[in-house]
Amino acid sequence: MLLIKNGTIIDPSQSLDKKKDLLIRDGHVEAIDESVNAEGVDVFDATGLIVAPGFIDLHVHLREPGFEYKETIASGARAAVAGGFTSVCCMPNTKPVNDNSSVTSFIIEQGRAAKLANVFPIGAITQGSKGEHLAEIGEMKTAGVVAISDDGKPVLDSGIMRRAMEYSRDFDLAVVDHCEDCCGVAGWAMHEGEYSALMGLHGLPGAAEDLHVARDITLAELTGARVHIAHISTARSVDLVRQAKKKGMAVTCEVTPHHFTLTDRDVYESGYDTNFKMAPPLRSQSDLEAVIEGLRDGTIDAIATDHAPHHANEKMLEFDRAPNGIIGLETAVSLTLDRLVNRDVISLSRMVELLSTNPARIFKLDRGTLKIGAVADVTVFDPNRQVKVEASTFRSKSRNTPFAGWELKGAPMAAIVAGRLLSS
Amino acid sequence: MPLKRKDLLGIAGLSPEEINFILDTAETFRDVNQRQIKKVPTLRGKTVINLFFEASTRTRTSFEIAAKRLSADAINISASTSSVVKGETLVDTALNLQAMAPDAIVIRHSSSGAPHQIAKIVDASVINAGDGAHEHPTQALLDALTIRGAKGRIAGLKVAIIGDILHSRVARSNAHLLSKLGAHVALAGPRTLLPFGLEKRIALAEGSVTFAGDINEAIKDADVVMVLRIQLERQSGGFFPSLREYSIHYGLNRRRLKLAKDDVIVLHPGPINRGIEIDSDVADGPFSLILNQVENGVAVRMAVLYLLAGGE
Repeated sequence: MLLIKNGTIIDPSQSLDKKKDLLIRDGHVEAIDESVNAEGVDVFDATGLIVAPGFIDLHVHLREPGFEYKETIASGARAAVAGGFTSVCCMPNTKPVNDNSSVTSFIIEQGRAAKLANVFPIGAITQGSKGEHLAEIGEMKTAGVVAISDDGKPVLDSGIMRRAMEYSRDFDLAVVDHCEDCCGVAGWAMHEGEYSALMGLHGLPGAAEDLHVARDITLAELTGARVHIAHISTARSVDLVRQAKKKGMAVTCEVTPHHFTLTDRDVYESGYDTNFKMAPPLRSQSDLEAVIEGLRDGTIDAIATDHAPHHANEKMLEFDRAPNGIIGLETAVSLTLDRLVNRDVISLSRMVELLSTNPARIFKLDRGTLKIGAVADVTVFDPNRQVKVEASTFRSKSRNTPFAGWELKGAPMAAIVAGRLLSS
Repeated sequence: MPLKRKDLLGIAGLSPEEINFILDTAETFRDVNQRQIKKVPTLRGKTVINLFFEASTRTRTSFEIAAKRLSADAINISASTSSVVKGETLVDTALNLQAMAPDAIVIRHSSSGAPHQIAKIVDASVINAGDGAHEHPTQALLDALTIRGAKGRIAGLKVAIIGDILHSRVARSNAHLLSKLGAHVALAGPRTLLPFGLEKRIALAEGSVTFAGDINEAIKDADVVMVLRIQLERQSGGFFPSLREYSIHYGLNRRRLKLAKDDVIVLHPGPINRGIEIDSDVADGPFSLILNQVENGVAVRMAVLYLLAGGE
């Protein structure tokens, strides 16, 4: 039993934003009231803190099986709870690829054994994520995948994507797409624009994402599938999703903290620091502003980290040869508070929607709410606490972050998974 | 006034005063290169490592001669390709070199930014001898020395740079340098090979750079025409249909050169593809200063080595 006292509970699923106590028994929410008193319970004093349904990251790479030197399911889940996330959904680009039920079961078992954040696997769309033949989506669903995606390897063949969308409906799974048409740019290293021109790096134009998003929305209309656009990064893509939503389509999208915080100018100012290299690349200032507007007006449904650990040796390469990706689980909540909430872009309630309510809805997870009887996954955070990002103290096995040394206002304080207090 | 910097990574970060200072210093070394005994003791006891990850004849030889004429010990390391092939990271390569305590490391690398990454780690002065499509500062300095020698000034000149601007570090360094010294730079080539946006960044530094509508417009009334090497693999990259079409529509020939001023000079960073980006009668003709560029290269590199590694 755990009693969280004196906090402000913000739970958009029940339109709650009030100072209340929360009592958890047997891993579920037992009571929410102005003042709860119970005998023989552990008490967590949340005075001055926000108590929210547990944060869910729809997009992480946990690297196990196959790349355990970068991250394991346990180390990733530890990073998650340290960063205030109670659930993570992990992409299938492991080795082997999570394209069959045995890999799915292995990931779920490792997640359970770690006893940290919930680990929900995402299955591959195609076998080996090669974009050729559909993976056994039904079997993976039975084993426990919560969505399907060939993240990192966009499904370029529209015919395959159409079948995947149709087939996914039989199993009620969202199709998550990494939108990147190649646009004739092999080996791109950053966003195409004035800074790529200046730095002499191959650029990937925003149009590469826009084309793919437009295609996916077109196919979603044809098939009626639930399509979720991963890590949206351009102004036009945000607008395409906005228009699709106006038509009532089941299209959703997520944005990463780095895409609402950094731009291609930061790549330039970093002096070829490979911790500023990821896919999609950091975009232009006008793209960043459009993404922020999408967060403000509701077009963007979720904040997801695209946590992508890489070993320091891999990031020590030349900029154009270094792998794409940065870690995000342990900086996302602070960046969201500092960049969005504390600059009055969004409210605290909208933040909880973006990190918990909506992610649960998009992947139909039995989470994202603190209603009586719900699984007691809870995130406690302090919107005003000043923190300095210290990469050396990260729980993740990797250190590839562009935010090392940043001072941010706002921090996660505790992650509670099924009533168990895992970090504080 | 010594150069108050550890490295020479690009022209973009230099002030016009620094550029002129390097050029003035190079003038004095030009005299050394004319002497019977072409050696001065300036860098005696200093070690210069030429670290070339990419093939080069001209630039590597030029740096080696420059170091030797300054009495430095010059060591050449040629890696057939990036250290990553041998399983060594760029950072490890840099740390190994650092352990040998060189005074200057000259780097040529196919990846943009590689010298910048190394410069953050080593104590030695790092000199960029060409990084990917980013910068080739000593090439731009030797081009400027050549132009100044022929025209007596750089301010107010119109300089056309023609060819594959997108992949050219020579074009970028020259666009920065010449516009900083007051020239107008007109960039032209196939639209598939133009890095649009570059002009905006240069305009912020108060330089005048434009993308010309076509190469005739760029060449018209130019004081200097700089032709870039077309890398033959760009054809297979789909940037233009054929070398034949390239030479017809974008190559520099006598007819096109007539559009320029009567006293135009023609430059090319080499090696040249005769009959493709430049006709032989232009390359070997009276307006061509291509070999003067090579000669000035040694003086410029002596100046850079002296100013960076020669401190008290």
